Amino acid sequence: MSYGRMHRKEDARFIRGRGNYTDDVRLPGMLYGAILRSPHAHARIVSIDTSAAEAHPKVKAVITGQTLAGLGLAWMPTLSQDTQAVLATDKVRFQGQEVAFAVAEDPYSARDALELIDVEYDPLDAVIDARKAMDPGAPVIRDDLEGRAGNHIFDWEAGDRARTDAIFEQAEVTVAQDMLYPRVHPAPLETCGAVADFDKVTGKLTVWCPTQAPHAHRTLYAMVAGLPEHKIRVISPDIGGGFGGKVGIYPGYVCAIVGSIVTGRPVKWMEDRSENLMSTAFARDYHMRGEIAATRDGKIQAIRVKVLADHGAFNGTAQPTKFPAGFFHVFSGSYDLEAAHCEVTGVYTNKAPGGVAYACSFRVTEAVYLVERMVDVLAAELNIDPAEVRMRNLLKPEQFPYLSPTGWEYDSGDYPKALRLAMDMAGYDKLRAEQADKRARGELMGIGISFFTEAVGAGPRKHMDILGLGMADGAELRVHPTGKAVLRVSCQTQGQGHETTFAQIVGQELGIPADDVEVVHGDTDQTPFGLGTYGSRSTPVSGAATAIVARKVRDRAKIVAAAMLEASPDDLEWADGKWSVVGDPSTGKSMAEIALAAHSNLELPEGVEGHLDAVTVYNPPNLTYPFGAYICVVDVDPGTGQVKVRRFVAVDDCGVRINPMIVEGQIHGGLADGVGMALMQVMAFDEDGNHLGASFMDYLLPTAIECPAWELGETVTPSPTHPIGAKGVGESATVGSPAAVVNAVVDALRPYGVRHADMPLTPANVWRVINGDPFRTDLAIP
Amino acid sequence: MQVPAKFEYERADSVPHALQLLERYGPEARIVAGGHSLIPMMKLRLAQPEALIDINGLASELGRIAVEGDELAIGALVRHAELLDDVTATDLFPIFRDAERVIADPIVRHRGTVGGSLCQGDPSEDLSAVFAALRATAVIQGPGGTRTVPVRQFHQGPYETAVEPNELLIQLRVPITPGTGSAYEKVERRVGDWPVAAAGAVITVSDGVIAQAGIGLTAVGAEHFCAPEAEQHLIGRAPGEEVFAEAGRIAAEHCEPHSDQRGPADYKRHLAAELTRRALARANRNVPGSATV
Repeated sequence: MSYGRMHRKEDARFIRGRGNYTDDVRLPGMLYGAILRSPHAHARIVSIDTSAAEAHPKVKAVITGQTLAGLGLAWMPTLSQDTQAVLATDKVRFQGQEVAFAVAEDPYSARDALELIDVEYDPLDAVIDARKAMDPGAPVIRDDLEGRAGNHIFDWEAGDRARTDAIFEQAEVTVAQDMLYPRVHPAPLETCGAVADFDKVTGKLTVWCPTQAPHAHRTLYAMVAGLPEHKIRVISPDIGGGFGGKVGIYPGYVCAIVGSIVTGRPVKWMEDRSENLMSTAFARDYHMRGEIAATRDGKIQAIRVKVLADHGAFNGTAQPTKFPAGFFHVFSGSYDLEAAHCEVTGVYTNKAPGGVAYACSFRVTEAVYLVERMVDVLAAELNIDPAEVRMRNLLKPEQFPYLSPTGWEYDSGDYPKALRLAMDMAGYDKLRAEQADKRARGELMGIGISFFTEAVGAGPRKHMDILGLGMADGAELRVHPTGKAVLRVSCQTQGQGHETTFAQIVGQELGIPADDVEVVHGDTDQTPFGLGTYGSRSTPVSGAATAIVARKVRDRAKIVAAAMLEASPDDLEWADGKWSVVGDPSTGKSMAEIALAAHSNLELPEGVEGHLDAVTVYNPPNLTYPFGAYICVVDVDPGTGQVKVRRFVAVDDCGVRINPMIVEGQIHGGLADGVGMALMQVMAFDEDGNHLGASFMDYLLPTAIECPAWELGETVTPSPTHPIGAKGVGESATVGSPAAVVNAVVDALRPYGVRHADMPLTPANVWRVINGDPFRTDLAIP
Repeated sequence: MQVPAKFEYERADSVPHALQLLERYGPEARIVAGGHSLIPMMKLRLAQPEALIDINGLASELGRIAVEGDELAIGALVRHAELLDDVTATDLFPIFRDAERVIADPIVRHRGTVGGSLCQGDPSEDLSAVFAALRATAVIQGPGGTRTVPVRQFHQGPYETAVEPNELLIQLRVPITPGTGSAYEKVERRVGDWPVAAAGAVITVSDGVIAQAGIGLTAVGAEHFCAPEAEQHLIGRAPGEEVFAEAGRIAAEHCEPHSDQRGPADYKRHLAAELTRRALARANRNVPGSATV
């Protein structure tokens, strides 16, 4: 067995400081680039004078939008069929937007050059509040788009409106709640950057950059820049966290490439922390109104949702083409409903583009937050315990596979079992008794539940593509003569531990130790095509491809083993990691023995050329649907509004666990993310569009101090569609935890009649909520 | 990549040498000690000093903590972590332990200095409130010798202090009074953050009444980081919850907090009252020989 806890193979280099990140790449003759960014959220560019910068003795090139326009590269397509300025030519549309790129012999001179570039701006009114973006007379942000007279991007709906409305009209009880999932940022500790090296002799372009999707980047560079795809090599070296923020192509990458083409030398560009927070992909920013129709005894019949989605200045959301709101329409959650309907309207604002970054499984995070908050609102309205309301409505194991009212086919689950386990671990009844005692003494304690169903592993290619590229992943496996194997996969690890878990999958299938399997990834010249690592898709898609390619190798090994044993393949069986004649284990041939034979002069049956390898492409038949039950316990100081997370119980079901230690690590990280979003993280903007969270002094990441000792539990319901029954877990905890924390805080504030409070629940916010005077968390605090 | 603009660098080998270097480079030179405020500002190019004068080699002159007569002397180059670890200081004044535990994080505390914190003059600085509550005296050395300035006159506005461009803050002196308790209360959005608001309290109880009181406030727009009207209310009264609550209310009335992303002004004003009350109550509890626990 190769599954189970083993230390991560990649950690040996990380803990010894021997990782190799983009910023570690140093090439002979390398130059350094720096980006001049807009101080304004919305302004017309009157003029750009680069002459003083160009006169700097160490500056090799200064590139502006005009330079790029000459190459047809001033604008580039986004992942949502929109366009985005690489370097602004006409207007700047958000604070921090890229305006010019200086290339110099050292990073100091590149930075000095920026101060020598003189840009004259004519400031315009900015659109900051998404709720006012479609007001008559609002400034039009995208006047570059022909015929665009306003800031509306799209309307999209899912579910059955008529049926949903009919249920609401007849319902015994309805509740409604407005809520904001504010704009947050993935804030990986490694910022974005690139090293571009264009070889004028061979015409080959090599780009090192921390991309979560190296193959998609290569293809897009070929399509956009017109470079032949076989002359482009994208290398994604070690990545210091991605969380979705490293899926897209940023203007800086294009600038580095152009810088290398223009100067004929390699160019490195690394953004700093503020640049990362201000200009790279944000997440969330959904202004939502949820409604539930239910019976008086708490049976939920229908949910409807209206969303106003703030997409920033360019619609750069990364998601399958058919779904402009991602997978938000999984918002009916874990419950047995009669009908559901949502409508989503996307608008432009003068903020950075991006969309679904930050471990959200294509907006499942927003969906889970919406439904789990709404269930608590209903529980409060009916004065029924929130756990009881959930138990009355959770899907039952016999209902799977379950077709949801918005069209998802949930693969497998035992939801009541997971919730009961979480309640047992938490000691739910005791906690409620303690809470009652505390309330009698005027102390504030809250218990919050969240039950989530995730939809991950995009996805079936007939439904899912990004810019026309289907979301199937390749895998190649080669077993060397001595039985050591090399697996090549298209996805790229950013901390998920692929080098370990994928080796374990191969080991499990071939009966060899995981340490005998090398995983090659992140280099487009060395790996098969695939769409990358995001949306918790690596194990569901590339992991499945790995299992299948290993099974192909095993099947070929069977033929070789049959030749070795002078038996018919039909007479062999796979047992204990060996091929042997049925009923005679002493004949067993290990993979190492078979591999050596496959490379030897052994006579092989016709149709088998020798050697031991295989390739495959995995097109997932369905998504996988991990789920979980989370319970959070908080104490709130009524005098200061401070929230202390006392306990957090997380029961996760991600199907078969390949390496439980890595799964638990993923969950720990996601839970910390959830605490951060619930209690402290937000990117707010003042009315002029100034970014109010542009450094780690203002954009807060949670630390160990804010995190309790996580209490983890598990149930295992294998996915019936995945070859090894795994479901993907990278984002589960980020998706499920914010609602648990917020529900706990709102529960603590119940003595004040509080039904809802928007994230982040900072001390000031909680105090104002207690006092019945909440402020907008996405704007400057007045 | 954040890189500072060009600057000269000099390493001082004594206090007189540091003062000579300040004379030589003039007002565009800056002293660097822990560097945890100055260096980030330089990397962001919000500060572009022409020269940095590094005083990190002056620990033997400026890095001591010692009781001298009826004062505790704290060298300007004492690191936050050293003050936190100094049992003499924290036993005499538990307010130091309270405050230093919540200033930044251990990495910053091992480099950042007491003097640097005060000289930065940030309106949200924790130690400015602590020393104001303690009625400490700043010792400043210049070309003409040393002079002393009460800490309550040290700050002359945001990021402005009594230290002239050719001078160096060398020491803080804190009066030791028997029967004194002290405490610090801070609300932050996350550990290591600057305060949303914070209050320090120092009270001396004699014959069952408050003989002396010091209240320090930070991040709430309190002039000179103190609350004299609230202190006045306490003098001569017996310590108790109602008295402390009233002092908190008075302190809050005299603040001028501004709204920012840490919180709206009304919340900060509320915290000034609430945290003053809490700090006073805890200070009272740690007055030596105090009956209450």
